[in-house]
Amino acid sequence: MLQGNSARGGLRLEAHKERSTREPIAQASAPALAVLPLDQHAGHPAMPIVAIGDRVAIGQAIARPTGDVSAWLHAPVSGEVVGIEPRPSVTRDCMPAPSIVIASDARETRHPPERTIQDFLAVDPLELREWIGRGGIVGLGGAAFPISAKLATGAQAAELALLINGAECEPYISCDEMLMRERADDVLHGARILMHALQAREGIIALEDDAPLAAESLRAALAKIEDDRIRIQIVPTIYPSGGERQLIASVFGREVPFAGLPPDIGILCHNVSTAAAVARWVRDGEPVVSRVVTITGDGVERARNLEARLGTPVAQLIAECAGYTPRVERLLMGGTMMGMPLSTDEVAVVKGTNCIVAASAMDLQPRQPEMPCIRCGNCSEVCPAYLLPQQLHLNARAMDLAGLERYGLMDCIECGCCDYVCPSQIPLVARFREAKPRLAEHLRARDDARDSRLRYESRAARLQRLEAEQRARLEEKRRQARRKES
Amino acid sequence: MEFPTSQPPHVVAPNTVARFMRIVIYALLPTMAVHVVFFGPGLLIQSALAIAAALAAEALALRLRKKPLRQYLTDGTAVITALLLALCLPPLAPWWLVVSGTAFAILLAKHAFGGLGMNIFNPAMVGYAVLLVSFPAQLLTWLPPDVPELRTTELSFWQTLTTILTGHLPDAFRWDAITSPTPLDALRTNLAMGMTMQEAHASPIFGGFGGRGWEWINLATLIGGIALLALRIIRWQIPVAMLGSLVVCASIMYAFDPGAYAGPVFHVTSGASMLGAFFIATDPVSAATSDRGRLIYASGIGVLTYTIRTWGGYPDGVAFAVLLMNVAVPLIDRYTIPRIYGHAERP
Repeated sequence: MLQGNSARGGLRLEAHKERSTREPIAQASAPALAVLPLDQHAGHPAMPIVAIGDRVAIGQAIARPTGDVSAWLHAPVSGEVVGIEPRPSVTRDCMPAPSIVIASDARETRHPPERTIQDFLAVDPLELREWIGRGGIVGLGGAAFPISAKLATGAQAAELALLINGAECEPYISCDEMLMRERADDVLHGARILMHALQAREGIIALEDDAPLAAESLRAALAKIEDDRIRIQIVPTIYPSGGERQLIASVFGREVPFAGLPPDIGILCHNVSTAAAVARWVRDGEPVVSRVVTITGDGVERARNLEARLGTPVAQLIAECAGYTPRVERLLMGGTMMGMPLSTDEVAVVKGTNCIVAASAMDLQPRQPEMPCIRCGNCSEVCPAYLLPQQLHLNARAMDLAGLERYGLMDCIECGCCDYVCPSQIPLVARFREAKPRLAEHLRARDDARDSRLRYESRAARLQRLEAEQRARLEEKRRQARRKES
Repeated sequence: MEFPTSQPPHVVAPNTVARFMRIVIYALLPTMAVHVVFFGPGLLIQSALAIAAALAAEALALRLRKKPLRQYLTDGTAVITALLLALCLPPLAPWWLVVSGTAFAILLAKHAFGGLGMNIFNPAMVGYAVLLVSFPAQLLTWLPPDVPELRTTELSFWQTLTTILTGHLPDAFRWDAITSPTPLDALRTNLAMGMTMQEAHASPIFGGFGGRGWEWINLATLIGGIALLALRIIRWQIPVAMLGSLVVCASIMYAFDPGAYAGPVFHVTSGASMLGAFFIATDPVSAATSDRGRLIYASGIGVLTYTIRTWGGYPDGVAFAVLLMNVAVPLIDRYTIPRIYGHAERP
């Protein structure tokens, strides 16, 4: 078992969460036209089960999963399917992705829930896991990994600890904090459902020390249910403490092995929003058709958190926050450290959309001209994966694949801490992202070559063995013949 | 609405190489001030000559390499090379010494290897080593520290300037009357002549715990070095390992025969010990880069410094020790890659 010296590295960053946490979560209005990319979860895209012209109601399944790592998709508005076609999508850098387009009839008709489960403890864990998989739930922290696949790996582990991740370390994002403040009951209920489904022995809800109101609300909710298997753990606010592997190191003092998953060390991690979504689905029969999205940044007039339907255009959410300020310069999905730049606001909210930052020059700190690396080592001091970015940079420049492998390029989580502290202003993460596919290709080719060699060697050995056996048989026959003759 | 895009992270700290180097330059000021107190205004003239030569050489190299002049000339690295070299030279050394040493450091030790970030050797130490090997007599001609018992004659600023520029002392002075060996040099010579440590120490060039004057310069350097540590410009590994290994070596030999070997306090407060530990060995470009690597690298410098001072051919060994360990850096780096998160063993 790897013992981490809890979490090392990381940065203390300005949180920039005050503006968006002043108001409670508000309901955004339903979009007139909901655009739903079929690839809005990690893994295989979903397959439509509706056709153009079909009428759908809120919560009705419109696409089914394909393969083991995939998810259901449900209609977020009632109305008519008007298109199954490529539409610009945040899942593809604002390039078109196959999507289902629904024109709302504004009637908000709800699809009757197929099943609601109040006494989840009476349901068999396997059945419960399968049922949870039907709710279209994916990791709502941003990674959008289908919950069914995660539960399947978690169920393999004996003595599992369930870690509910409320450590929202990335600057600007506050949707999880607001959710914990306002819907702590849902978070805890979801956690208990997941604990039963996974037969977990304990549940830990981890959040950062800069969200005291969320902690208070969770404690109050926990006091009500009196479940002593669940505890709340406060971790220091150090970016990227909310990264799954970093949070596990800081909560359990243990590391997830490379090329392994948390269940390998008896831990399964889910985001707080994901837990709340599980509660809504199991208890109320409501699948994931909306999510809380933080709209913030100096480029928007009224920063706040909105509960937005999937498929709502970003432009509409900005309008509901009183529009852009004249200072707006960039649009980001996610926070300022890892957020994806959006080239247009005519893209729709997906399950993984946790935050939209309309950034002004005040929110951005542009780079100075790049200088050569002086090997100062600031980067390795803050790297949460304990890498030496200065050496990776050198090897990436020379595209030395063996060097990149040795220095652990594939272990880079692209958190951006090294970039942030670099005095030479080198865009390290961008360089590493460029080099990763090259190295991955090289490693694949090498593995293939090794496999072919092993295949060839085992075949040669087999042929040799057969030949030897044949020879032995022949020899035996001759000997018998000789014996007969004599 | 359409927006321009850029790669994450979208915020970076306002760190720059120039800021980094500027702080190093400020941290050198206490050393320079105390140096001037004890050895007169020579250092100021040497520094000015060195900076001018370094910037001219840098500009020439950048022009030849077609690099943006302004961005690199203002990064402060050439100034640090110049100041470190000036601090190593005798205050009255002739102008061509400091100019040729600095030019060599910048043109060959730095730019011939690829410029900033690419130099294998510490440029200032290359410049110093070249001068020491080529002009040993000029480099070992030091002044005595300016204290009452030792003050024989005092040169004014103008006399100092003309001496440096012409290579000749003003008429009223003679070289052998105003020069004196450095304490490290004197100790070597005296011990070699069969004196005991105690006899050698009776000379007025030895102070309370180190060489007269030098002990205070080294303390001033220590203060600047602690400031660099506090501002997180350098990390503790290199100074602690270098001074630590120097202390260990000196203590062992001193315990073995206190009459023949100088003690640990003398070693860390003499010559370029502190300058080496906080300002020279810590040059990140030519030092090992992982924490463990830095410990090994700097321990090597400490051991080599002691060895060269005690048994080698030169009175001080910091420059050669640094250069020798610079050679070992790629090897050290290769074998000190830290364990990566989630891996059981180091790569």
